Amino acid sequence: MKYAFSFLAVIALILIAWLGSRIPGMEYLFGVAIPYLAIMVFLGGFVYRVIHWAKSPVPFSIPTTCGQGKSLDFIKQDKLDCPTKTSEVVARMALEILAFRSLFRNTKSELHEGPKITYESSKWLWLFALIFHYSFLVIVLRHMRLFVNPVPAWIQALEFGDGLLQIGAPTMYMTDVGLILGVVLLFGRRLITRHVRYISLANDYFPLVLIFSIAVTGILMRFFLRTDIDIVNIKNLLVGLATLQPVIGAEIGAIFYIHIFLVSVLLVYFPFSKLMHLGGVFMSPTRNMKNDSRAKRHINPWNDPTIKPHSYAGYEDEFREFMVEAGIPVDKELAPKKDEA
Amino acid sequence: MYNKSTIIPGLILFVLFVTFPVWFNGLDAGAVPKPEMPPGGQKQCVLPAAEMRASHMQLLNEWRDNVLRDGNRVTVEVDGKEYRKGLQMACMECHTSQEKFCDTCHVYASVKPYCWDCHITPEAAAKKETH
Ligand code: HEC
Ligand code: HEC
Ligand code: HEC
Repeated sequence: MKYAFSFLAVIALILIAWLGSRIPGMEYLFGVAIPYLAIMVFLGGFVYRVIHWAKSPVPFSIPTTCGQGKSLDFIKQDKLDCPTKTSEVVARMALEILAFRSLFRNTKSELHEGPKITYESSKWLWLFALIFHYSFLVIVLRHMRLFVNPVPAWIQALEFGDGLLQIGAPTMYMTDVGLILGVVLLFGRRLITRHVRYISLANDYFPLVLIFSIAVTGILMRFFLRTDIDIVNIKNLLVGLATLQPVIGAEIGAIFYIHIFLVSVLLVYFPFSKLMHLGGVFMSPTRNMKNDSRAKRHINPWNDPTIKPHSYAGYEDEFREFMVEAGIPVDKELAPKKDEA
Repeated sequence: MYNKSTIIPGLILFVLFVTFPVWFNGLDAGAVPKPEMPPGGQKQCVLPAAEMRASHMQLLNEWRDNVLRDGNRVTVEVDGKEYRKGLQMACMECHTSQEKFCDTCHVYASVKPYCWDCHITPEAAAKKETH
């Protein structure tokens, strides 16, 4: 039912934007006020969350080590999975962020007849996630053509590459297919894989449904419901938003307001949800710390500076007499008493 | 706050990235395209202007399929005058200049229809003849 709730919520949002934008005068609410509000909440919320995280101390050195740590010279170190230098951490992070390396591992255990247990790396999640995120990135960058004037060459190049198949007019974009495919696969995975379904909550389904609806409304607007979708007029509004002088020239079709309202909701939802993994991936101590705790002492920021470290030798010095008395072995015997000598 | 020296530059980069359109435009919205009206003095397009602005590419695509796939070369009548379905044969009869008409909007919206790879505009045709 958690996914049904997500669908209902998105349908309600669509109805709000659809009916709302048809009320004369409300175009400015949906086309100007809400988008401005959304981008401000997004930026403010994002910065707030990152700073909030940055204020949390990391009490222990907790990098996940997945390979041979640095040891004796003749033992080969796994530099990516057990980094000890900053350059190695950067390489590890880059692979994580750009290639989703830890999803590539995704070991799955399965019980077969026998009973026999097998461990196998399941690549599906990695593949879906890669398709989804890269399509999303290209789509966001491509949309910049509607916000900047003149349009720089790199955006044109991106558009050209994306429309390379030259199917139909307006040309089909490959990333549109990629995004929809990615979302459907990620959603399907949550429904079909039983143990993933068990742990999936409404806040896992909702962003997927929301992104799916954004993609669908965008595709409908570009290819099917073009009535009153005059891109020149729309770009005029969007460049106006970016230059703080928005005007709505001619009437724009409802599908545009639905699309932009859903995007606004996504922007507002973003900083307060699991979508913050965009910022969080950079902040995960299990990935961005060096595994050098044996070479360099990790100081817990919580430590009370007035409490000094207490070594075993110091401890024995303090309690040697009592230890000897209680028959506990000591490293250093008691100094012979003066009067005995 | 810990690791200020990496997190603050990171956040600044992020904000710059998100606000790209704002600083790129520099609060200057630039000119809105003004496509040239048909120099021949025609008053009507094949469809109402609002529809043309929004979906002329779909119309062209439809015509292309009509002509090339279905062999349906019927003519369209605008204002009592007949035009053959086609890019050069209809649109360019009235909108004689690709640069002053089609391209004004297309440059603004950053679309590059590849139609002109094969179809020839009156301008290009005139140039060829003088060679
Ligand atoms: C009022 C401005 C305007 C004029 C004038 C105009 N176009 Fe367009 N055209 C557009 C816009 C905007 C798009 C992009 C629509 C989109 O991205 O959804 C477009 C897209 C197209 C496309 C689809 C391109 C693609 O690859 O997606 C074709 C083909 C096209 N126009 C042909 C023409 C021709 C031919 C003319 C001249 C006879 C012309 N247009 C005049 C605004 C205009
Ligand atoms: C009979 C001459 C004629 C033909 C043929 C013709 N047009 Fe037009 N077109 C016009 C006129 C006149 C206008 C201005 C209409 C108005 O403003 O009401 C116009 C307007 C337009 C506009 C809107 C421009 C704007 O700024 O509002 C577009 C886009 C357009 N035509 C594209 C095309 C395309 C594409 C074709 C070929 C399929 C075509 N036209 C064929 C005469 C023609
Ligand atoms: C690979 C070359 C090529 C490209 C690119 C191309 N066309 Fe064509 N087009 C043709 C040829 C060849 C014909 C056939 C002409 C005929 O049989 O009358 C044609 C015919 C057409 C016709 C039918 C009437 C006419 O003009 O002869 C239309 C409409 C048309 N094309 C539209 C387009 C549009 C719109 C685009 C861009 C989105 C485009 N074409 C891109 C080669 C091309």
